[in-house]
Amino acid sequence: MADHSPHVVLEARNVVKTYGHVTALDGVDFELRAGEILAVVGDNGAGKSTLIKTLTGAVHPTSGDILLDGAPVHFKGPLDARHAGIETVYQDLAVAPALDIAANLFLGRELRAPGLLGSLFRRLDKKRMREEARRAMGELKFRLPAIDNPVESLSGGQRQGVAVARAALFARKLVIMDEPTAALGVRETGQVLELIRSIRDRGLPVVLISHNMPNVFDIADRIHIMRLGRRAAVVTPKTHSMNDVVAIMTGAATA
Amino acid sequence: MNTATVSDAETPRSLTARILGTPSVGPLLVLLGFCVIFALTNPRFLATHNLSIILQQTVIIGVLAIGQTLVILTAGIDLAVGAICVLGTIVAGKLVNLGYDPVLSMGFAILLCTAAGLAAGGLVSGLRLPPFIVTLGILGILTAALRLISEGGAFPVRDPFLAWMGNTMKLGGFVLTYGVLIMFTLYAIVWYLLNQTKWGRHVYAIGNNAEAARLVGIPVRRHLLSVYVLAGLIYGIAAWLALGRIPNADPNAMQSANLDSITAVVIGGTSLFGGRGGLIGTLIGALIVGVLRNGLTLAGIDPLWQDLVTGILVIIAVALDQMSRRRS
Repeated sequence: MADHSPHVVLEARNVVKTYGHVTALDGVDFELRAGEILAVVGDNGAGKSTLIKTLTGAVHPTSGDILLDGAPVHFKGPLDARHAGIETVYQDLAVAPALDIAANLFLGRELRAPGLLGSLFRRLDKKRMREEARRAMGELKFRLPAIDNPVESLSGGQRQGVAVARAALFARKLVIMDEPTAALGVRETGQVLELIRSIRDRGLPVVLISHNMPNVFDIADRIHIMRLGRRAAVVTPKTHSMNDVVAIMTGAATA
Repeated sequence: MNTATVSDAETPRSLTARILGTPSVGPLLVLLGFCVIFALTNPRFLATHNLSIILQQTVIIGVLAIGQTLVILTAGIDLAVGAICVLGTIVAGKLVNLGYDPVLSMGFAILLCTAAGLAAGGLVSGLRLPPFIVTLGILGILTAALRLISEGGAFPVRDPFLAWMGNTMKLGGFVLTYGVLIMFTLYAIVWYLLNQTKWGRHVYAIGNNAEAARLVGIPVRRHLLSVYVLAGLIYGIAAWLALGRIPNADPNAMQSANLDSITAVVIGGTSLFGGRGGLIGTLIGALIVGVLRNGLTLAGIDPLWQDLVTGILVIIAVALDQMSRRRS
């Protein structure tokens, strides 16, 4: 595995986060490699979400280093992380239901018309946004109704697909997904997992936080297991079974 | 909901779906319906003279309803519309009567209205207080303060500049006041802002799902503030329009402006829950209210019936909105 020593996109070294007497992260290491889907699993309170929050700038580590493409970074907040090329998808559907698919894909990053119309009159380039949205959804092979349909006319899976596609469209380095399928049914979960796969296949690494073991084993390339604020192990679906992973999560076994 | 949508990935929405999906079609049909009824029952209704009167009567509520639309689109409500507008008429009138320059006086009054919007927006976005309570409070404060300033009563304002909006021009046989033209201009400008700029799109996004707007990096609080400030500016312009229509500053005027502006917005198809609707609907809604009042008056029906019919229309409009939301 380490033969080619693949490029590490995002790394955390010995990160500690304490809240008063409570230690949420106890010297955790983390490594996301280029072109992979890395699942992060762990019991409640193992430090999963604190780890993710430190990676996205929502929480400042007490000590330790975070490196993006090998260079140390200090995010002051989530916007900092986004400017650095890290996009995050949340489990609740973060879309504006009455706006159409194209408007949602470009929400907060609208394109302005070229020339004076755009610079002086601040006119949106709706046509180009629709075209780019159509092209992006086509590239991701995600089937949706016409791009000018309001998002509220979509199924839950399609809506989350829009949120995931938005992240993929604007992330330059990586996408972090926090339980993206928690609110979805089985078939819709399948659609979103397929989408996550095609994001990886286009070269963007993905960090996937999930409670759902079958999903994790379905799409993850590697699995980062958290226990007691540390990285207990990193395994792959090929070398370990679900039972092995659960055993490591609960401390019944070691890797 | 329907599985068919999954397969027709490339088909654009059909023309009928587009037309029926346009929220202002319903209100437009209602407006045309009333016009047909009044035209059939009274030949005077369609006279150009009468039509220009309807427009003139619609101007003030029509302009106030622009600001009200902006606030309601962000899922708020503005109960201080009338009070802020009266603030403008009283301050401008008082200053001019004291001998100050009319242009500066009107400018200062409009600035003050904008500041009132800033105060409302600051409380809503900064302290996260409910817009209903904030604007109700401002309504109370302004009403009391304006009665104190004007010593309780109305006073005449005789100044050609303050009355400028009442000047007329002829377009064919049609008599238009400058105020009517200003109203349409304001609608055009704010329509452009709402539909063709990032600012407008973010107004809709915040009204739709403020949390999602925040997550994609929209500065929600600053944006809300800008909405209330713009609304205040529009109420200030409405004050100038009001002085052009009646050369009188009255602290007790515009008591029905809150309800009338909300009525225009809601009949026009904008959702009280925010994020849905738009200005074309509001213009139609304001015209519906104007046509209704005019037509019933021409028919010699007691003015109380006008309020009754308007009330029924509001309830129907809100019920339709609720039903469409529950379906989706």
